[in-house]
Amino acid sequence: MSFGHRRGWWIGFLLAPALVTMAVFVAWPMLGALRYAFYDFHGLKIGGFVGLQNFVDVLGEPPYRGWTYTALWHNTIVFVSLMVLQNGVAYLLAFALLQGLPGHRVHRVIVFLPVVLSAVIVGFLWKLFLNPLFGLVNQALLLVGVHGPPWLGSEYTALGSLILVNTWHWLGFSTLVFLAGMQSVPAEILEAARLDGATNATLLRRIIWPLVAPSTTILFTLTFIGSFNWFELPYVMAGLNGSPGGATDVLGLYFYRTAFGSVSSGLQDFGHGSALAVLMFAFVGSCAAVALHVLRRREVAL
Amino acid sequence: MKRLAEPAAFQALLLVNALVMLVPLAVMLLSAFKSNAEIFTSPFALPARLDFGNVARVWAETDFARQLANSALVTASAVALLLVFGTMAAYALARYRFRGRAALFLFFLSGLMVPLKLAVIPLFVQLDTLHLIDTRLGLVLIYVAMGLPSTVFILTGFLRALPGELEESARIEGASEALIMWSIMLPLARPAMVIAAIQNAVPIWNDFFFPLVLITTDRLKTLPQGLTVFMGEYNTDWGVLFAGLTLSALPITLCYILLSRQFIAGMTQGAVK
Repeated sequence: MSFGHRRGWWIGFLLAPALVTMAVFVAWPMLGALRYAFYDFHGLKIGGFVGLQNFVDVLGEPPYRGWTYTALWHNTIVFVSLMVLQNGVAYLLAFALLQGLPGHRVHRVIVFLPVVLSAVIVGFLWKLFLNPLFGLVNQALLLVGVHGPPWLGSEYTALGSLILVNTWHWLGFSTLVFLAGMQSVPAEILEAARLDGATNATLLRRIIWPLVAPSTTILFTLTFIGSFNWFELPYVMAGLNGSPGGATDVLGLYFYRTAFGSVSSGLQDFGHGSALAVLMFAFVGSCAAVALHVLRRREVAL
Repeated sequence: MKRLAEPAAFQALLLVNALVMLVPLAVMLLSAFKSNAEIFTSPFALPARLDFGNVARVWAETDFARQLANSALVTASAVALLLVFGTMAAYALARYRFRGRAALFLFFLSGLMVPLKLAVIPLFVQLDTLHLIDTRLGLVLIYVAMGLPSTVFILTGFLRALPGELEESARIEGASEALIMWSIMLPLARPAMVIAAIQNAVPIWNDFFFPLVLITTDRLKTLPQGLTVFMGEYNTDWGVLFAGLTLSALPITLCYILLSRQFIAGMTQGAVK
């Protein structure tokens, strides 16, 4: 018996379970998502071929059009705010951790603690804290004589509140990614710069920033994908309709409502839902690919 | 002067951050032992007495224990299957040369780019045809599919870097391929398997999206999903709400405190080289 023959069976045996799982639960559904976008649906039953109609509806016909662009705009706000706030604060915190001050190991563990909690726990916890009357936040503000806003209850503060809560939840992740990047900067470079009289501000702006470019690339990409697929936190804190009055409606909620029905209507619409999913996938995928390409070139240039 | 001032500024920044991270969680824990009146009038104070009434109500009146068991069962099964399937595939990709290997690796890799949530509609239809809607097995299979690309990626990289001498000499001794894999190579891969296990276990344990779509029967619900029902039912009883949140956060927080190094390594793996 040839070893080659037996070896072939052995390799096949090793690969089969993973390949079958991937084919049945990833590859086939992804192809399905693309196909469904061109069909009409009656509940779970696939109906007639409608060509590009679902896409036309979602992008250009009321009432879908308004919902699509409002949600897209909110996701964009979320992405930009998280880049500035979450990743900006994380950059400073990582530099503080890099100093190796007493207790820095404990601080590392503390900043990452919220990251391991589910968005559901974090969302509900802060929903209680942000309660206008009894919540911790406004009670604390009252101690210093400030009457806090209604946070999640007002269309002016609701989305901002969600962004702040998301920052609290994920700050540790960004911080430790930046920290790992900073730790890979050779100590001699930092020493030499210090000897030349560089202040910490100069170090952060001129020396470390270009050298942690790979971390920035990763965080930019992950924040982008995360912001445009945002679902669980707004679902828990603002509900499926993005209350108040759609002020926190984002693509994830809108997609879910379209596909599986809102609380009020309960109507499934798999055709329009699939068109939205395909558009979101294409949008996020192509933007992430372009960003990755540009940022990688920047890494080399810096 | 400046040299002295700056460490103090960094230390202050770290302390403020620690307070921002820990105070909300401490208030959650303390409020679990308080009455509504106490929570509303003195939110930051220690509870007047150690009253386990709220915790007992969560345990006795809700499905908490069952949901905890469901989450544990689903997470453990999915991670176990992931490790078995992932290690097998990674071993084949890392330790053998055969035709189509590069293409297969690319196939697994492409799964990293696909957010499976966006394929939830066809996935729903697919599971419906397989009669797996509203079952824990359906959830487990989705999580296995979701975790395979990164698992295969991590383990292939690790297994490929292992030296070949031991394997070769065992082969000359006449050991079977299965024996070489099981008793020589896999023990060496244990650290990578721990990282892969944690990287998968945390998002699976915390996932809310797929149970929301797939599970409707109460006795099959997982912890995050059960929490959404519970928070609605007890919405005027804040002590009980905080007790429920505390109990839900407890298992993973304890694991994290015990294994913080592995958690951090596992969850930032992929974003850190």
